[in-house]
Amino acid sequence: MKDKMGTTGLIFNEPLLWEKGSPGRKGLSLPRRDVDETPLDAALVGDGPDFPDLSELDVVRHFTKLSQWNFGVDSGMYPLGSCTMKYNPKTNERQASIPGFAGAHPLLPESLSQGALELMYDLQGYLGEITGLPAVSVQPAAGSHGELTGMLIFAAYHKNKGKPRTKVLIPDTAHGTNPASAALCGFTSVGVKSGPDGVLLPESVAELMDEDTAGIMITNPNTLGLFEDNIRQVADIVHQKGGLVYGDGANMNAVMGIVNIGDIGVDVLHLNLHKTFSTPHGGGGPGAGPVCVTPELEPFLPVPRVVKDGDIYRLDEDYPLSVGKVHAFYGNFGILLRAYSYILSVGTYFKEVSQYAVLNANYIKERLKGTYHLPYDRPCMHECVFTDKHQQEHHVATLDIAKRLMDHGFHPPTIYFPLVVSGAIMIEPTESESKETLDQFIDAMKQIAQEAVDCPDCLHESPQFPKVRRLDETAAARNPCLKG
Amino acid sequence: MRYLPHTKEDIQEMLQVVGAADLDALFSSIPDECRRKEAMNLPDPITEWELNGHMDCMAASMGAPPFYKVFMGAGSYHHYIPEITRQLLLRSEFFTAYTPYQPEISQGTLQTIYEYQTLVTRLLGMDVANASMYDGASGLAEALLMTIRATRRKKVAVSRVVHPLYRQVVKTYFAPTGFEVVELPVGTDGRTDLSGLADLGELAGVALQSPNFFGCIEDLEAAGKAIHTDKKTLFVVGFSEPLAYGLLKSPGACGADIACGEGQSFGIPQSFGGPGLGMFAAKQKYVRTMPGRLIGKTTDRDGKTGFVLTLATREQHIRREKATSNICSNQGLCATAATMYMAAVGGTGIRELSRLNRDRAEYLKASLAKAGHTSPFSAPTFNEFVVRFPDGFADTWQALLEKKIVAGLHLAPYYPEMSDCWLMCVTETISKNTIDSLVKEVVK
Amino acid sequence: MKAISELNLPEDVRYTDDHEWAKKIGDVVRMGISDYAQDQLGDIVFVELPEVGSSFDKGEEFGTVESVKAVSELYMPIGGEVTAINDALADAPELVNSDPYDGGWMMEIKASDPAELEALKSKADYLDILKG
Ligand SMILES: Cc1ncc(COP(=O)(O)O)c(C=O)c1O
Repeated sequence: MKDKMGTTGLIFNEPLLWEKGSPGRKGLSLPRRDVDETPLDAALVGDGPDFPDLSELDVVRHFTKLSQWNFGVDSGMYPLGSCTMKYNPKTNERQASIPGFAGAHPLLPESLSQGALELMYDLQGYLGEITGLPAVSVQPAAGSHGELTGMLIFAAYHKNKGKPRTKVLIPDTAHGTNPASAALCGFTSVGVKSGPDGVLLPESVAELMDEDTAGIMITNPNTLGLFEDNIRQVADIVHQKGGLVYGDGANMNAVMGIVNIGDIGVDVLHLNLHKTFSTPHGGGGPGAGPVCVTPELEPFLPVPRVVKDGDIYRLDEDYPLSVGKVHAFYGNFGILLRAYSYILSVGTYFKEVSQYAVLNANYIKERLKGTYHLPYDRPCMHECVFTDKHQQEHHVATLDIAKRLMDHGFHPPTIYFPLVVSGAIMIEPTESESKETLDQFIDAMKQIAQEAVDCPDCLHESPQFPKVRRLDETAAARNPCLKG
Repeated sequence: MRYLPHTKEDIQEMLQVVGAADLDALFSSIPDECRRKEAMNLPDPITEWELNGHMDCMAASMGAPPFYKVFMGAGSYHHYIPEITRQLLLRSEFFTAYTPYQPEISQGTLQTIYEYQTLVTRLLGMDVANASMYDGASGLAEALLMTIRATRRKKVAVSRVVHPLYRQVVKTYFAPTGFEVVELPVGTDGRTDLSGLADLGELAGVALQSPNFFGCIEDLEAAGKAIHTDKKTLFVVGFSEPLAYGLLKSPGACGADIACGEGQSFGIPQSFGGPGLGMFAAKQKYVRTMPGRLIGKTTDRDGKTGFVLTLATREQHIRREKATSNICSNQGLCATAATMYMAAVGGTGIRELSRLNRDRAEYLKASLAKAGHTSPFSAPTFNEFVVRFPDGFADTWQALLEKKIVAGLHLAPYYPEMSDCWLMCVTETISKNTIDSLVKEVVK
Repeated sequence: MKAISELNLPEDVRYTDDHEWAKKIGDVVRMGISDYAQDQLGDIVFVELPEVGSSFDKGEEFGTVESVKAVSELYMPIGGEVTAINDALADAPELVNSDPYDGGWMMEIKASDPAELEALKSKADYLDILKG
């Protein structure tokens, strides 16, 4: 296939919702009134919201047209680094819509919620097995919420030891949620510089670790796609000073069945079910960020815990050291359900999932490394990070490369992250992509590199095919217009 | 495994390019001491068809509608979800997309969320709404932390009739911070008693919920005035049933500085408590201290209208430890569902639907009262209310489960002094006939 | 981005290592950020300034300046009380980009110690820092 995969397609314009419709229309089947109207104090009654009135077809066309302006995993390869945009199986959606689950009230008596409790209990077990950290809470609603839970556990643990601590070490490659979550718990984040190979050096950690430091937050594999090979030494240093090790498990897709996270010194780990465990990202969420901990930290997990007594599943609140509740109910159950459905479908193949994810990333790395600058030339895990250094000579930047990829029918990689790499292009293909797709992506990247030499302006003017071209973000921020 | 496209030949060719002898060699950068020695103990994969059977079977144990009649709200409401919402949400362009970091190919998500922000501000009478928080509880916690940022004060007050589970989450969020949360008592009418407010000292924010956990509609206007006698204090209005604002005066019209709550009622399945939707809105002047993502309108190079993520400097990926929140992934698809729902129900429809919820609940309230089971509170209610039942009702309640009726939520675990009270909820999904049959069972 | 030779660095203002400038105007000291700083930041979209009447020490953080994807702290070139802020920046933060020393000024300060202004860098010394 020589043509670029992107075309302008059939894209329709569509106004905003309130520019459509006509008063008196309805798009919802309203139940018959079978009771009398009751009086209500006029002082409490409002005018009602100014929503447009639309017919059912108005609504259907509106959102169908809008959806056509979007790119999803089902549209094409979505190699967004750190986000693990793997295929979201259709069967997961079928399972989530079973009325017994979809319609279940969270405060049903336990006798009427055994299925949901069993599902959560079994999921806890599977996640404990995959990570090697056996005590699990599935309550956090996203990765960052898991981090917050982890930091609450850090704080509660040290408080329980009788000596609260004030600082947390965070490597310079960390995702922004790490310092933000630590700060929410009142911790001061102390930056740790990674070494010349892109991984943490034990001596840098030793220098900073003291008895006022609650612990360290480590992403492993880290955001450069590299395995933190000093993790055990680092963990020992932190543990010797009485600290804890937090693992940001956003990159778990690289190491399932390869590394037992409990074995390498991590005490608390969050998973992103919307990354590693195939649940859809929904254009922003919802996700789920279960937290897995060592047996020692189990008493601090959020309540209620899902437990099993004989054949009966129960919610247990009786954990006096618990950090408390982080979600109104039990977390994003519908997402947990999709992850559970995925785990049952993949079963014993999880090691292959990680192997192929890593194979795909290394394949891209090897085939593109002459064309794009590779700041850390060593075997990568599930993602690889390039830069725009070679293209800068032609005044072409990472942003231009990313935008041009859209014209080729690919979602761009993550760009300008991690912050320690200038002009970063972070590619995570995931195991879902076949060799043919990877080859097409590699071809596109090579064509773009050639274009950077031949016609830099073609890149500056990209993308050409989507509904809109580059947008003025400066104007949006200077004069924010946040509603219509 | 149908999710893995790799053939043996592919793997060999790729390994050759990579220069690895076998798949194991790909992991050579992982020191031996970090390698997992034992295989994971996971079950054999099951087929799609086996999975269907297994999940159907598990779900069959759940006490959910339509087989069960559930007269329970308390932060999770059974409303009809139009089929169009379910089907449109399955447009994979929406549900398999990530956060719209690349606006040129995310205009569908971006315009939808811009519409969501707009409709939420119109519903709540506020100036700006964000793209969502995790749920009503964490949204309330974030709102209270926001009042502390905005005022640089250290104490907040929360009504005791705010959802007890939300208050627990607030407590969790505040525990390590050194900021203080005090509780405002409930008056005999079932509304928050604000008479002691002046004695609480300098407050960053005061949070009420309306309708509150007892279903009572708070007098928000009066509360707003009382709270704003201290001009610096922010008035936070929470809610767990947004449908009420199809009928009631909006938080903004009553002087709220922040309005936040659970949006599950708008087209989102109850799904055992999540995913829901943390709706979050504020007055314009607080926009820079708000948590969460915001979508703004702008133009592209050719002058065409488009939408982008904006004011992102508040967020963790830029401001890191100084961010206004740690939130990254939010509840985007649930906000999308709510937008579709608000579009489908429309301005005319939401008034009717909201009224019907209230009127059916009033019908149950009156029917129970006729039989001698009255509410301990006099304040008006929306689609939920508290009823005091005579001794022995706990047994009746249990017996009714056998008849596939869940006759409300017992309040004893949440308010020990109300051990003879149940919180009842009626929405548009429960007809007069079903209400009558409940009353017959309860009264006999 | 501008080459050092292209930078507009007036002789009649003093500079700090953090790229603020300060200049005596009548009884007060006016301050803002240098051409170098605005150029590094790119399109400025928001300037957060303190209330008139607040006081800060030399070197203390008093506000922030934001571009679309970055936030930078602003530090007091000298200690003192804020007597005026440039209200025009609320609606036109781009003045900091287009006219950093005039229309894009940020605050006026009543100096607590006039010697602090004298101790700031001259153009020549500031240029030395920029050249590294
Ligand atoms: C490394 C890393 N940590 C944490 C997060 C935060 O996860 P979430 O978006 O689920 O809150 C992300 C995802 O964006 C990530 O890539």
